[in-house]
Formats: sequence, structure tokens, C-alpha cells
Amino acid sequence: MAREQTGMVERRGTGLWLTHVLMICGVLVVFFPIWLAFVASTVTQADIASPPLPLIPGGHFVENYSRALFSGVNVPVGTMLVNSMIMAIGIAVGKIVISLLSAFAIVYFRFPGRNIFFWLIFLTLMLPVEVRIVPTYEVVASFGMLNSYSGLILPLIASATATFLFRQFYLTVPDELAEAARVDGARPMRFFWDILLPMSRTNIAALFVILFIYGWNQYLWPLLITTKPEMNTIVMGIKQMFPSGDDLADWPVIMATSILAMIPPIFVVVSMQKLFIRGLVDSEK
Amino acid sequence: MKNFAIGAMIAGTTMLSPLVASAQTEVQFWHAFSGRLAELVDAQVADYNASQGEYKVIATSKGNYSETLNAGIAAFRAGEHPQLLMVFEVGTATMMGAKGATKPVFEVMANAGADFDQDAYIGSVKGYFTDTDGQMLSFPFNSSTPVLWVNRDALTAAGIDPDVDLSTWNKVGPVLDQLKTAGSTCPLTTAWQSWIHLENLSAYHNVPFASKDNGFAGVDTELAFNSPLQVAHIQAMGEWAKDGKFFYAGRRNEGGANFRAGECALFTESSAGYAGIKAEAKFGFDVRPLPYWEGVADAPLNTIIGGASLWVMAGHEDAEYKGVAGFLNYLASTPVQAQWHQDTGYLPITTAAGDATRAAGFYDANPGTDIAVIQMTKNTPTANSKGIRLGNFDQIRTIIDEELEAVWAGDKDAQAALDSAVSRGDELLRRFEAASR
Amino acid sequence: MEKRVTFKGWKLPFLLILPQVIVSAVFFFYPAGQAIYQSLFIPDPFGLSSRFVGLGNFEYLFSNRYYLASFTTTAVFSVLVTLCSMIPALFLAVMADRLVKGAGTYRTLLIWPYAIAPAIAGVLWLFMFNTRIGIVSWYLGKLGYDWNHVLNGAEAMGLVVVASSWGRISYNFLFFFAALQAVPKSVIEAAAIDGARFWRRFFTIVLPLISPTLFFLLVVNVVYAFFETFGVIHTITSGGPQQSTTILVYKVFSDGFVGQDLGSSAAQSVVLLVVVGLLSVAQFKFIEKRVHY
Repeated sequence: MAREQTGMVERRGTGLWLTHVLMICGVLVVFFPIWLAFVASTVTQADIASPPLPLIPGGHFVENYSRALFSGVNVPVGTMLVNSMIMAIGIAVGKIVISLLSAFAIVYFRFPGRNIFFWLIFLTLMLPVEVRIVPTYEVVASFGMLNSYSGLILPLIASATATFLFRQFYLTVPDELAEAARVDGARPMRFFWDILLPMSRTNIAALFVILFIYGWNQYLWPLLITTKPEMNTIVMGIKQMFPSGDDLADWPVIMATSILAMIPPIFVVVSMQKLFIRGLVDSEK
Repeated sequence: MKNFAIGAMIAGTTMLSPLVASAQTEVQFWHAFSGRLAELVDAQVADYNASQGEYKVIATSKGNYSETLNAGIAAFRAGEHPQLLMVFEVGTATMMGAKGATKPVFEVMANAGADFDQDAYIGSVKGYFTDTDGQMLSFPFNSSTPVLWVNRDALTAAGIDPDVDLSTWNKVGPVLDQLKTAGSTCPLTTAWQSWIHLENLSAYHNVPFASKDNGFAGVDTELAFNSPLQVAHIQAMGEWAKDGKFFYAGRRNEGGANFRAGECALFTESSAGYAGIKAEAKFGFDVRPLPYWEGVADAPLNTIIGGASLWVMAGHEDAEYKGVAGFLNYLASTPVQAQWHQDTGYLPITTAAGDATRAAGFYDANPGTDIAVIQMTKNTPTANSKGIRLGNFDQIRTIIDEELEAVWAGDKDAQAALDSAVSRGDELLRRFEAASR
Repeated sequence: MEKRVTFKGWKLPFLLILPQVIVSAVFFFYPAGQAIYQSLFIPDPFGLSSRFVGLGNFEYLFSNRYYLASFTTTAVFSVLVTLCSMIPALFLAVMADRLVKGAGTYRTLLIWPYAIAPAIAGVLWLFMFNTRIGIVSWYLGKLGYDWNHVLNGAEAMGLVVVASSWGRISYNFLFFFAALQAVPKSVIEAAAIDGARFWRRFFTIVLPLISPTLFFLLVVNVVYAFFETFGVIHTITSGGPQQSTTILVYKVFSDGFVGQDLGSSAAQSVVLLVVVGLLSVAQFKFIEKRVHY
């Protein structure tokens, strides 16, 4: 009821204004580094070399971004964006596909060794790639997959977190649906395709966002297996744009690259916000 | 910039390629240069490629020296290594210990039937890279030695005579005082602090850096650079750092940017800083011999080389090795060597190149450019000044860098820092010893 | 939980599960096993030979001052990151929860940093605090404080903590906000009627009710600080100065790929394996508690 909602618990007037002010402060603190990076990407190197940087953007937006996209420092940023895109989408789609199938198998079938598989999958949940970098590198190298998209993608879909999540979800699907399908004599894959999949849409969407960002933001693994600059992804490539000798860093281009690196994941998160939040919060239960 | 130069080079060589037989053997050459030095190397590579049609050398920069060595090692494990790898002098023991991974240069040259006279190479330069029988294992490409660079204009601006005697650290101290009083923010800076202020310091004053002839005589060597001489020197520098007379810019050649920009008056760095300084400095500069401490017997003896050599990696085709041999011969040829030495400040690797440079009057026209050569060759090296050969040396250098940084930050005194560096470094030497049996 | 209704047959499920099994076997289980196996050897960097040393690598690690220090560093780092990312997030969530209008807009605005990679956060904060051209270090200089995270360990730690926590605030905010929104208003109002003021209500009623989320986020943030902050450390400090920001996962990389000491790196991986195992046990215990709420 309206009165109860706004009356006793929430203060009006100054309390409300204070809350808004504090929230706005929070938003500003969170945004300041991004804004600064954007400003830095629109000025010249000379402007940056003599601090303090002005807080309004300069006029070199087109020049800096084209320089970044088409020549970069050691490889064009455009190439790195493509690599990142392929890797992120590959990881997201790959992981979702194989986990939809394996979760379906685990939940809806009784087959020998099922429990073993389940526990094995469970084991992969908690070991991030950072704990097995050296031997995974050797395995990938022995397949000749260094500097390749498959080398970037496959090791990162090896853990079965998505399988586990879909399993949890399938367990909440009412048994009646499966029962009805069985009674109708439908083949399992028909059930999967016509009923289970559409029901999983929200989860798939949310997982896509999470996995896309997870894949896009990968740093250590691409760092290790790309030895040719042309295969750099944008997130790990930025560090290589810093000189290791005594040359000056090309800050405008580095900042432009940082901004470019942020755009696709932010776009994905913001545009799929509702689905994503629902999926994120629900899926962790 | 570099990208444009590479682009021009690629455009140039692709124009020539229709003239060349379509099946060219490729020779991958990984190096650690950037900036002006990278441009010069690219020019040499382009020149060699244009001079013959059978082999095509492809030069790639892999970052700094450590990154290039690590890239080479990782690539070898993955079977994707180049034919020719530039390895800096501290990586020598590691490369020598990896017998299945490298092919000794003298063997490569012999197998390719190339003209290779090991005696034509300057003794103190090649000595670092020879085995116990005196055979050259790698090709000394860019060797330098530390010298003192002086910004004449900065001295003048502080009211100091630019020709002031800076031959000993005892004389440098008061000059730093004067510079500081006159308001200089960077009286002295350095590059490669471990190489210059510990390794070369030890050699120059005939004091051991490590036992067993600095590691030449065995892998059971132990570090020894925490003796009174080194401690005293680092102590002095620590005090200069505290007083703002010594400005620490970084572990490698970060100080070069500061010096070239005119911010610093004195700069201890490799003689090969010549390439960059000549190109970018907008002030009058001098090159002087590295200072030493008065009153130490045998000082100044000789300095040791830094820089890198080119190693030939195992696991490639004979045809590719022929290309490697051809390229190395090209690099060692007198006109190319002499030009490289004159452009960069690296030591000439053959006596012929040194003689040609002298005969052409280069040293007279550019006073100070022969200081590096003189410093390296004027005395007969002792066991303490032939060089250093330690396993895991790159990692030991990192430890030394960390401990020295503690001294500059005022966190530790020199004795404690060097003691700690010695004990931590010895652990790594024992691990190398264990892995190399 | 089990399904009562299942399909017959075993050929199909085997086929369905095959991709997952193959990928996990090749790229997960085999390397994990290799990591354990390799920790018993000291290989030469070029991969040409290997010496069996049994537990020698582990002895070396646990007698090494810098490795033990790395544990402390990692612990300090994770505690700081967890606090710095959870407290502001909780605060903002509480504020947002009090709003009827505008909460959605704020949520949209605050969600952005979730998408930003830790490595990029590192670059952004490095840019602000760079000793030569950073805007914050410049202003600090004007105020008389000489900021130099390249030489000062505490400053380096501070910088990587802030860079790591900054993006994480969004993630925690989302969870806290959802948890707060799920608290039944009736309970709060009952307390309000009883005369409890806002902060009293918060600490005695709201906090206990959102404690499952709190514990969950605690564990997740610690895991984040342990592993996903590699990018921040690598971009800003490379573990320095003097290894004061070398967290355990950074040391595995640095000793293995930079120091070429693969035996030590493998042993460190095994130790991390055990640590992660313990953390997972902790996480599942807390999640189990959640389910019973």
C-alpha cells in the first residue's frame, strides 16, 4: 500500500536528496577513470607529457583512434579487436553448446558411470586455468595450436561450470513435461529441442553475457600462447603496447585502445542487462 | 617511426622479390632491439637479402633482452624456434648448458663450408663466448662496455668546466655536489645498474664477482660481490641517491630517455648508447672512460663486455644453416662491421674492422669513440676480468636489481642488501647446478 | 535432487557428454595431472632433460623467504580487495534500495565496470598514478607528497588493491541490491514501528537476513583476488617493487615463464591447487548453509 511504502521506512526531503547525492558521488567515482581515459585518448602525446591533463576531451579523437585501429603500436588494434571477438564468442558459444548437451545427458538419462562423470565435472568447477598454465601450455604446443584461435578457445571451455549451472536449472524443470514427452513416444532430442531449449532461453542469454565477458577479458592465457603480435587479443595486447626499452609510451593510442577494449563487453552487458542480472543472481543459487 | 621504417623495408624488398627465385630459404632472426638500433639491423638485413637470392633473413624484435631469451626458450619447447637467436651475455651459461638446443657457430660455419677464421675476431670480445678449447660457440654481434657520458651543456649551466676531470669516483663526488647545489634534478643517472656498478666495478678493480674465476671454472661457483669494495661503492651511491645526486630511473636503459632529453648531467651506460644519443641529444656531449676508485691496487684494469651474441638453434634444415652462415659472414665482413661499429658505438668484433675504422680517421673525427675499445684492451685481463659465466644469471640480475632498489629507496643499507643478494643468488646457482648435471 | 523421469538408453547420453569429456580430459585433467607430476622434477628450461627430485621443489619453496612472503602478500591483498570492493558496494546498494524511483538508472550506470577486464582497470589506474604524467600523482606532488609506487611497496600495494576493487564494486552491488530488494518490507516496517532507527534496523535485522549473500560474496571475492587479479599486477607493478605485490598466482607465472624455473613453478601450481581446493570446500559449505535458509 502506497502509504506504507513511502511513509515510515523512507524519509522524504533531505534524506532523499542525500541519498541521491551519495549515489551520484558513487557513480562519479566509478566513472572517473573511464572518463579520464577517454579524454587522454583525444589529446596529443605532448598534452599528456605535461600534466595536469585537462578534464575535457581534446580534438584529436579521429586521428588517435584511426592510428590505433590501423597501425597501433606493434599490431593494428583492429586486428586485436577481431581476435578478441572470435575468442570471446567462441568461448561463450562453445561452452554453452557442450554444456547444454552434457547437462541434458546427466540429468535426463541413467547410464553407467553417470555419477563418476558428474563428480568429475564437479571437480573442474574450481580450478581456474591459472593453476595449470605450464602443462596446459605444453599440451596446446604439442598440438601445434600456439598462435591459433583453437588454442585460445579450447582450454578455456574445459571447465564445466556451465554444465553444472544447466544441471541445476534442469533439475527445477517440472517432471511432467518429460513424462508427457515420453508418453508421446518422443525421442529425447525432440524433447530437448522443442521443450527444454526454449525454457532455457533466459539462462542461455545470461550465461552468454557472462561467458562473453569472461572470454573477452582473458589475460594470462592469451599472453602465454600468443607469440606473434598478429594473434594478440586486445586486453592482453595493451600491456605489450608499453615499451620495454626506454621509449616513451604512446599514451593516446594506449588509452584509445583501452576505450575500444571496453566497448564490446559494456555494450553486451548494458543491452542485455535485465536478462543478465536475473541470470547472474539466480544462477549463483 | 619504427613501423614506417619496417614498412618501407618491406615495400623495398617485395619490389625485388619478382627478380628472385620463388623458393627462398627463410632464416628467422629474433633480436632484442628497438628504436634506432632496430632500424640499423633492419637495414643490414635488407642489404643482405638484396645482395643474394637464395636466402631471406627475417628479423623480428621480441622485446627486451630477457623477453627475447624467454621467447626463444619457450619457442624451442614448442618446436617453433628461430634459426638465429640474439641472447645477451648473461644468458650465455644457460645457452651453453643447453647442448641439444644450440649448434656451435664454428660447427655451423664449418658444415656450410663458409670462410671462418676465428683468429680474426678480437680476443677480449670473443672470449666470453668460447668454450674451453677456444672454439666460438656463438657469434659476437653487439658487444659494448660501460663508459661515462657527459652532458657538457648541463655542466656549463651549473658553472662547472665541461672538461673537468671525472676519471675517478672520488673526483665525481664533488662535481655531483656542485650540480646539486646549482639545482640539477639529475646530476647522475645510470643504466643497467648491476652490469655497470657491480659486475664491471668488480672487474675494473680486479676483485672477484663470483668464485671459480667468476664461474668460468665450474658450475659450483658462489657469489662474492659483497666484499668491502662493492659494499663501499653501493654505499656511496646510496648516499648520493638519498641526497638527490643520483637519480634512479630503472633497471635497464630507462635512464637513457632522461639523459637524451637533457635532464641529466652524467650518465653511466654502455658505449652503444652512442646510437641513440647521437640521434636525439640536442646538447653537446662527451664520452669519458668509466670512473674508478683511487687507492685500489690494480685499478683501473679492464671492463668487461655486455651486449649480446647470436646463437644458432638446433633442429633446423641444412639449407637454413647455410643461410645462417652466409648471413653471419656478411655481418663479419669488414665494411659492414666497421659501419655498424661507427653507427652504434658497439665494439668492432674483428681486428680488421677496428683497423679500418682507425685508418678512415673516424676516431680522430669523433673523439672519445675509441674509449670503449681502449678500455677493453689496454690491460691483460685477469681471472676477475675476463667476464662472468653464471647459470640463471638473468634471474640473479633481477635479485640484484631488487636489492639495489631497496638501497636507493633507503630501505636497506648496502651491506645488508648485497649480503641478501648473494645468499638469494647462491640458491639459484645451486638450482642451476642441480639441473645441469 | 534427482529426476524421477528419465529417458532410456545409454548410447545417446554418451554421445552428448562426449564433447565435454574430451575437452575436459585433454585440457583440464591431463594438465592438472601433469602439474602434479612435473612438480617432482627440475627440468632444464629447454625441455631437453629432467631431474627427479621428489619433494625437493617443495622443500625449496617452503624454505624460501620470498615464497612464504608471497602467502602473506596474497592474504593481505585479498582481504584488502574484498573489503574495498564489498563495503562501498553494500553502501551503494543500501542507498539504492531506499529509492523507489531511479534505482534502475543507478543500477544501469553502476553495472558498467563489471565488463571491464582487470588488466584494463590496471592500465586506467596506472595512467592516473604514473610517476611522470599521472594526474593524481601530479596533484599529490603539488600537495607535497612524492608518489612513487615504483619504489614504495605500500603505495604499490595500495594502487593494485584500488585497481582490483574498483571494477568489482559493480558485481557486489548487483548481488547486494538483489538481496536487499528480497528482504520483506513487512519485517522492516515492524521494526520501524517498534521505534528502531535506520542503522539499528540495518545491523540487527537486514544484515542477518542478507548474510547468505554476504558469505557467498566473501568467498567469491577472495577467489577473484587470488586468481583474476593477475592482469592488474602484471600491468601495474609486475610484482614489484622487491616482490611486494607478488601474489601466489603471479609468482607461478614469474618463476615459470620469466625465471624459467619450471620445477618451482609446477610445485607452486600444486600448492595453489590445494589452496583452491580448500577455498572450494569453504564455498560449498557456505552455499549449503544458504540452501537451508
